[in-house]
Amino acid sequence: MAAILDAQGLHKSFGAVTAADGISAAIERDSVVGLIGTNGAGKTTFINMITGYLKPDRGRIHYEGRDITELAPRDITRLGICRSFQIPQLYASLTAFENMMVGVGVVLRNAGLGGFLSRGRPLVPGHNLPAEEAAERILERFGLAEYRDKNAQVLPGGVRKLLDIALTMVAKPRILLLDEPTSGVSAEEKFAIMEMIMKAVRAEGATVLFVEHDMEVVSRFAERVLAFYDGRIIADGPPGAVLNDAEVRRFVVGGELHRIDEAQGRARA
Amino acid sequence: MSRDRTPLALGGIFVAIAAAGPFLPPWLLFILTLAIARGLVALGLMLLLRAGLVSFGQALYYCIGAYTAGALGIRLGVSDVLLQALAGAGVAALTAWILGFLLARYRGIFFGLLSLALSMILYGVIVKNEALGSTDGLNVLPSTLFGMKPHEGWLRYSVLVAASGAALIAALLVHRYLATPLGRLAPAIKDNEIRVEYMGASARQAIHVKYVIAATLAGMGGALAATTVGHIDPDMAYWTTSGEFIFVTILAGTGSVIAPFLGALIFGAIHTVAYDLSPNTWQMSLGGALLALILFLPDGVWSLFARRKAA
Repeated sequence: MAAILDAQGLHKSFGAVTAADGISAAIERDSVVGLIGTNGAGKTTFINMITGYLKPDRGRIHYEGRDITELAPRDITRLGICRSFQIPQLYASLTAFENMMVGVGVVLRNAGLGGFLSRGRPLVPGHNLPAEEAAERILERFGLAEYRDKNAQVLPGGVRKLLDIALTMVAKPRILLLDEPTSGVSAEEKFAIMEMIMKAVRAEGATVLFVEHDMEVVSRFAERVLAFYDGRIIADGPPGAVLNDAEVRRFVVGGELHRIDEAQGRARA
Repeated sequence: MSRDRTPLALGGIFVAIAAAGPFLPPWLLFILTLAIARGLVALGLMLLLRAGLVSFGQALYYCIGAYTAGALGIRLGVSDVLLQALAGAGVAALTAWILGFLLARYRGIFFGLLSLALSMILYGVIVKNEALGSTDGLNVLPSTLFGMKPHEGWLRYSVLVAASGAALIAALLVHRYLATPLGRLAPAIKDNEIRVEYMGASARQAIHVKYVIAATLAGMGGALAATTVGHIDPDMAYWTTSGEFIFVTILAGTGSVIAPFLGALIFGAIHTVAYDLSPNTWQMSLGGALLALILFLPDGVWSLFARRKAA
């Protein structure tokens, strides 16, 4: 399968701290990749470099053959690489619907539609619906219709997380990077939320990279796992192989060993 | 979807002003025209405020508009109210477009103080410049409208109608702009600029556009004020003038394009009454009014209408 994203030899240091120490990974189109590792292992730095928030000290990132290493976050988003955040980044004073309308507006504007002189209700590219309908449709797809008119700042944690991810879907991403999509969500809700996210995301045909600390979630939803440790990728492969890798078990998933074994046992059963 | 009544309301206000004008005393026509001029400046400030930016130096463009109108009359003999207003708006827009490359990089207190610094530089330049009338200022030519010189008794009314017409068009355009994706970006920029960038939009470019629009409106307001008062002076660029515009904007609220004009009218009324009652301590009355406003109507006078609509 062809690589849609290719990161080669990424290095990033903050003073004496090395956050990325030669990270290389080629991500295949339409794959679902889980990024695991302890805090400070380099997962979020990797995502931040792909999305342009951080510029690597060395190394290059190619998206569909195009070098995107030096592009600004907005230019990378416009190319089709979108991200969600560990702490949901919403427009707090706006309702869920208004949040979506901001996103829809940006998509329209980037397509040269809905400007000062435009007439009628232009269709949102990729959604083929007028702005309001496109916003409603995405809210419905993420089960957020009942929160439509609630201010983002008063929404429960799990709903805020979903809204944060729903916002990324407005631009019809070709690659979606989810930074800890289930953090702050109760254990009972995790799988339901991941199911909903993956269903909505896969329906759009996006390649997904997600950072996750819960190994049950990783083994259930990822097709491939990249294990990070100390700014490097120490294992890369299918979840079963990576989560059973001795180095990964020692450095990455230590405390979660019994949960992985249980999850794999359940999967076998 | 609720119907947008703002254009209709704006049109109704314009018709009401035009119809009632001939029956109003000259002092009230003066207050109304000046309120429209100030309301235009506040309309621009409202755009910036919605994006979380407070300009402490909007008097810069008010003064540029006023001096452009004055210079047009004195140097070129152009005294047409609307031509002066358009020229004032144009020169202010051009200045803001250039300065905007610098200002759009800053947020919060830095944006506010940088805008203040620029207005004070203009104040200093005018004060030291004899050709611009120094501290005494300059007299502005009596206004004409479409090449005609209105009769003495109708002059104030003509200027009021011209100012109302210009304000009507400006408010309708801003209202339309607020409904565009770029206009809707303002509260998003205020809430979370990082997210705006990650959605694929440039917050800096959006702020630059808003800054130029705000300056254009301030320039037009300054030109109309110059024609109304008949005199221009460096105080139009002074920081207290910028403070008055912020006062009007906060007094009005950011809920509608009508609000800044209402705020400017209330400001004018408070100012006039307070000055009449106590010429030496009128600032105290203004301060008291602002204090009461922040305590009881923190979202501005327009929030009263918004509440009624919501109820």
